[in-house]
Amino acid sequence: MRPDRTPLTLLLIGAAILAVGPFAPQWTLFLLTVALAKGLVVLGLMMLLRCGLVSFGQALYYCLGAYAAGMLGRLYEVSGVFTLMLAGMATSAFVAFVLGFLLARYRSIFFGLLSLAISMILYGLLVKTEALGSSDGFNVLPSTLFGWRPADEWVRYSVLAVAAGVAVIAALAVHRYLGTPLGRLAPAIKDNEIRVEYMGASARQAVHVKYVIAAALAGLGGALAATTVGHIDPEMAYWTTSGEFIFITILAGTGSVIAPFLGALIFGIIQTVAFDISPNTWQMVLGASLLAVIVFLPRGLWSLFRRRKAA
Amino acid sequence: MAAILDAAGLNKNFGAVTAANDINAAIERDSVVGLIGTNGAGKTTFINMITGYLKPDRGRIHYEGRDITRLAPRDITRLGICRSFQIPQLYASLTAYENMMIGIGVVLRNAGRGGFFSRGEPLVPGYEQPAAAVADGLLQRFGLAEYRDKNAQVLPGGVRKLLDIALTMVARPKILLLDEPTSGVSAEEKFAIMEMIMKAVRAEGITVLFVEHDMEVVSRFAERVLAFYDGRIIADGSPEQALNDPEVKRYVVGGELHRLDEEKARPRA
Amino acid sequence: MDQLVAVLIDGIIYSAWLFVAAVGLTLIYGVMKIVNVTHGSFYALGAYAAASITGWALAQGMPPSLSYPVLLGSALLVTLVVAPLIERGILRFMYVKDEVVILLITYALFLILEDAIKLVWGVNPYFIAEPYGLLGSFDVMDLTYPYYNLILVGVAIVCGVGLFWMLGHTRAGKLLVAVIHDTEVSRAMGINVERMYLFTFTFGSLLAAIGGAFTAPTVSVVPGLGIEVIVLSFAVVVIGGLGSLPGAALGAVMVGLVRSATIHYLPQVELFVIYLVMAMVLAFRPRGLFSIAEARKI
Ligand SMILES: Nc1ncnc2c1ncn2[C@@H]1O[C@H](COP(=O)(O)OP(=O)(O)OP(=O)(O)O)[C@@H](O)[C@H]1O
Ligand SMILES: [Mg+2]
Repeated sequence: MRPDRTPLTLLLIGAAILAVGPFAPQWTLFLLTVALAKGLVVLGLMMLLRCGLVSFGQALYYCLGAYAAGMLGRLYEVSGVFTLMLAGMATSAFVAFVLGFLLARYRSIFFGLLSLAISMILYGLLVKTEALGSSDGFNVLPSTLFGWRPADEWVRYSVLAVAAGVAVIAALAVHRYLGTPLGRLAPAIKDNEIRVEYMGASARQAVHVKYVIAAALAGLGGALAATTVGHIDPEMAYWTTSGEFIFITILAGTGSVIAPFLGALIFGIIQTVAFDISPNTWQMVLGASLLAVIVFLPRGLWSLFRRRKAA
Repeated sequence: MAAILDAAGLNKNFGAVTAANDINAAIERDSVVGLIGTNGAGKTTFINMITGYLKPDRGRIHYEGRDITRLAPRDITRLGICRSFQIPQLYASLTAYENMMIGIGVVLRNAGRGGFFSRGEPLVPGYEQPAAAVADGLLQRFGLAEYRDKNAQVLPGGVRKLLDIALTMVARPKILLLDEPTSGVSAEEKFAIMEMIMKAVRAEGITVLFVEHDMEVVSRFAERVLAFYDGRIIADGSPEQALNDPEVKRYVVGGELHRLDEEKARPRA
Repeated sequence: MDQLVAVLIDGIIYSAWLFVAAVGLTLIYGVMKIVNVTHGSFYALGAYAAASITGWALAQGMPPSLSYPVLLGSALLVTLVVAPLIERGILRFMYVKDEVVILLITYALFLILEDAIKLVWGVNPYFIAEPYGLLGSFDVMDLTYPYYNLILVGVAIVCGVGLFWMLGHTRAGKLLVAVIHDTEVSRAMGINVERMYLFTFTFGSLLAAIGGAFTAPTVSVVPGLGIEVIVLSFAVVVIGGLGSLPGAALGAVMVGLVRSATIHYLPQVELFVIYLVMAMVLAFRPRGLFSIAEARKI
């Protein structure tokens, strides 16, 4: 058996981000933090995709996490970054726990379409809620680190540092989970649920657990995005946001817990560069890359790494 | 002697089709029972009801005195009633070895071993060996070692059947229901395959029910035969008794001979 | 009382629009088992083609009364160019893939078409008010309705009845029903399934384009027009049961009436309620209202 190099790689990447961050231009710090936030959402989607499930409504939990964090600041003036993230995570996980009883029974496109419907319900609600700024949303207060507010030029770096730490911990935990018997059940659920049942396991329960974990990660990512961007609005729950997450999931592939973050970063770079060069065709670039990945790299960009390692 | 499994008054209808019509059968511990009957007689339906895939419209099923009629397949499996399938149910995109490891993972989990916070290599309950050793041991026992790293979807039919049966063994069943274990295998090989399966299974003292269309295989391996016709059990007894029953001769054996001729005439897929 | 009448009339008009926009989606799913995200793109394409071509023709001095056939012709033109290109050029190589993967492929195509539309038509809005204003309006009690809305209802009825007639009474239609029922058996029977797919995709997309074309005179045609239509049509056809034509009609009527009722009585929940209906239906009938569950043989 090959030794498991993922944990070490993750820690090294985390350390590298911390070390290089202070010298990097501000806009790259922002790009990287947003990529980490989205990567967390995609990490959850990756777990679901391993079971063959594609959620077209993961933006629901991203948005919930963001609004939970935003409202804590707005209503109670909470600004501690860890409190906000915990709140985002807990809110999303709780909602997913409840909805999971329904959704864990669905498969294939019906899982996708039902999650889509539920995320659109949240969108419809937020758009009409004036107290939360309707379709404009509202600004989120800058966050603090255990009561300490970094100097302006260090704000971006400190948020990035927190994001990197959180992402590394989350990825390590998911990696460990995927190695447990329950975690390894994912491809089995995808292939043949009847056999899973006849081995004495509940596919529905396994999906439910993964669904809640995925939602918690999405909520965490949402809260992180809210503090990074400083603004939230109902678009975060719209289906196009879910589409973006799925895009990154497919782009990245399900090969490793590192892939989602890499995918999110590449997505961010494509988006920024393509948008800079030609604002009216960046979606075309995205669509074409998605098509190319599905056709030529069905296991996502991560499979490039695998092949090189194997060679 | 008390029956380990007791089906009483089972009925099942699919619209106008009656797939089970007042089925009564008490299975003794440690026995080997052959289920015979022509296509559509209700053999698979019987197995499906015992293992919880179908719920009978009427009637009850008891296992070691406990009513299991309404339990879900996974709960019935956990009690020690396992089954193989007429159409093998495998994880098509995984290798034979990975298929076994998934099953062993479920056993570990149900025993509370190998969880998120546990350390070290967990031992598989019943075998008290690490998972990899159990997987390879079972593949070996069913003559599947050479297919270890092949994807299940590319395996030949007979091998898929064996892997399907090997998968049921990871949970250490007390009762094993095999649905046509030798279908998709040439008539000459049937005996050898059954021999191997029985050796692997009987070593563990497992009660076996198997569906079989070849009467020679049935009379060789079964201690008792249940003959199904049109959703009913029309004969129940020792192989000699059952296979010589006039009704069985007319409805089952005759039909099977006809069927076997057809099967031989057809090119094998 | 007045309000109830208004709810009904608005509901019917909205249902008609939803039906035209969505019915092609269910047809394509029924035959090809594709959840087609580009449906929204064809809606937008139809609207853009109709607005630009009709606008141009009117500027050339075409009598405004001719604009209705031109709307239809524009939808036909743009679909006949784009739909076969997509089906023959890309989709036909993908049919072996999983349903969810094909959905993602159509999503990628949707992203591409979004920008292709911007490249062809630019980002400035198009208006053609003539077909809408030309017909004047009528009063029901105290409420004024433009006659143009009746055209929408007419288009919906023609599409619906036409589809049913085609499936039941024409050769192509009967072959389609066979393919819907069982693709493999149809192929074995010698039906040219590939041609059926091309026809279905083009025809289904045409329906979306017609929806867009006849909506164009009532809105300003801007980028992103198709984005909301996609989820709305999903809601409509999923409620009825993917692949079921009567289901799409029922779904359109349900969503149409519910939405119009909430607009009048409870405007805060207007958007939300459609998806609530969709979620509720799926919760109780996991595959939609007009669908049959099949057990797997083991
Ligand atoms: N899920 C189902 N839905 C409808 N009818 C069914 C279903 N399962 C079985 N049947 C019908 O019940 C009858 C008994 O079928 P069953 O599969 O039990 O037969 P069998 O004895 O196993 O036959 P074979 O030798 O072909 O496997 C058949 O007529 C079959 O068509
Ligand atoms: Mg059978």
